[in-house]
Amino acid sequence: MPGLRCQPGVSRRHRRDTGGSVDLWPVNYAIEANGLGKRYGRRWALADCTLTVPAGQVVGLVGPNGAGKTTLLELAVGLLRPTTGTITVRRRAGFVAQGAPVYDGLTVAEHLRMGQALNTSWDAGLARRSTDAAGLDPRQRAGRLSGGQRAQLALTLAVAKRPELLVLDEPVANLDPLARRDFLDSVAQAVTDSAEGTTVVFSSHLVADVERTCGYLILLAGAQVRLAGPVDALRAAHPRAQSLDDLVVSYLREVPR
Amino acid sequence: MTWLAWRQARAQSAIGLAAILAVAVAAVAAGRTDSMLRLWLSTLVVVVPGLLGAFWGAPLVASELESGSFRLAWTQDVSRVRWLTLRLAVSGLAAMAAAGLLSWLVTWWAGPQDQAGLDQFGSFDARGIVPAGYAAFAFALGVLLGTVLRRTVAAMAATLLLFTAARLAFRLLVRPVLLPPVTRALALNPSTTGYGSSGFLPFVPPASLQPAAPDLPNAWVTSVAIVNEKGHALASSVLARTCPDIGHGGGGHVGGGHVQAPQGVVNATRECVARIAAAYHELITYQPAGRYWPLQWYELGVFLAAALLLAAGCAWHVRRIG
Repeated sequence: MPGLRCQPGVSRRHRRDTGGSVDLWPVNYAIEANGLGKRYGRRWALADCTLTVPAGQVVGLVGPNGAGKTTLLELAVGLLRPTTGTITVRRRAGFVAQGAPVYDGLTVAEHLRMGQALNTSWDAGLARRSTDAAGLDPRQRAGRLSGGQRAQLALTLAVAKRPELLVLDEPVANLDPLARRDFLDSVAQAVTDSAEGTTVVFSSHLVADVERTCGYLILLAGAQVRLAGPVDALRAAHPRAQSLDDLVVSYLREVPR
Repeated sequence: MTWLAWRQARAQSAIGLAAILAVAVAAVAAGRTDSMLRLWLSTLVVVVPGLLGAFWGAPLVASELESGSFRLAWTQDVSRVRWLTLRLAVSGLAAMAAAGLLSWLVTWWAGPQDQAGLDQFGSFDARGIVPAGYAAFAFALGVLLGTVLRRTVAAMAATLLLFTAARLAFRLLVRPVLLPPVTRALALNPSTTGYGSSGFLPFVPPASLQPAAPDLPNAWVTSVAIVNEKGHALASSVLARTCPDIGHGGGGHVGGGHVQAPQGVVNATRECVARIAAAYHELITYQPAGRYWPLQWYELGVFLAAALLLAAGCAWHVRRIG
């Protein structure tokens, strides 16, 4: 298969062979991909990707632009269909797409009503608290919200359906530093509010965004999983790296151009 | 979910209703005897379904795909197909209601003029119930093209083009035979049959006899032919052989607003028609006046069925996106 390749993380067979004793991955998975590939025309956005995302963790998916992060996440939430392989999501997912799309013509309150109409479970109280905390006026049209407010609204829609898996695709990429901080606080709050065992997958091309919030890191680059594991364990295993960022950059340097 | 579909169709529905009310007020104010306004209103009824397809149908999915909001709509618990079904139903019914309301208004307004005109089929496309069927068809066509092309503007243009082509094809090829037409044979009448020659115009027979229009008020005459007992049409070669002198003798002088043929030419033509009438007769193919409403219902049914097929195509395609 030409183009990008995504190195197997730990396949099932591998895990069984090693008796589960050496790997860092928990037994329970929220997302499991096997030989996953997605082709657009002649270009493979993701190729032969086998990876697992542990349940009950806040997972940072980092990697440079074009690494296949969006493709992977959209495959996970069912917006895309795999060209090859399979992806299994064992949790009901809430999703905030890249750019946090909302309907410009609908008000904040109408968005919440939409969330209630389109989902089997909906926590109206949580939704209201979340928009209040973000300082959103219910009567305001989404088209007149700032980028940070739009992202907060999109996050509220994803969180109030009480998902067991929350998938956020580059949610802070276009936000100013203050809105970025507010949004990450909201994600942390959502994790606190959510039920035990909720999984959050959060993609970003900046390690710093992920470092504050995430306990688990997956590095996708050159369409390979370069690194995956609990942040603490990764830091401990690489004592010479000054920071998580250094650690990630040192792995990225090995990616063939 | 129905609420959301209605919320997203609300603004355009309000604009549509306001436009129809404005037309209604203007038409009533102008009075029901204005024949120029009758033409304009008929044109409006013919044009509106295509516009509904382009402006309501084409953007329905295409704008979601262009703006990226489909990533919000299609990642909720409600499935894509259910989401699409409700949006199609609500906006499609609104489009049908708009076209139906406008058609009902114009049918009422033009009633006295239509009855006096004795040509009900002349305004078949712009009266009664068929415009609602056209609107449903154009709308579903617009949604499907928007789903396939993924570009609102391109889908709008394609919708107008294909809708016009479909309507023309149906009008020319299907409607005349939607119900088996009635035929009537008449003897050729030498005093009401004329002669015509197109000279060098393309697609027109070079020389032919022209029988007068039959007296069938409110019927739709689809063809008037001159045929022999075997059903063969009068060929121009046969005409030229039977009447070698026809078409010669020149035209007449202009008088009283029309061209008066010289008496010699008139007599020659009558003698020619009498000779032709020995072997040939006039065959009229038409839909009788009483077929008007059956044909309206059938045509509505055909366009609604086509709209449902297109809608099913939308659902099939929306499932496959990604």
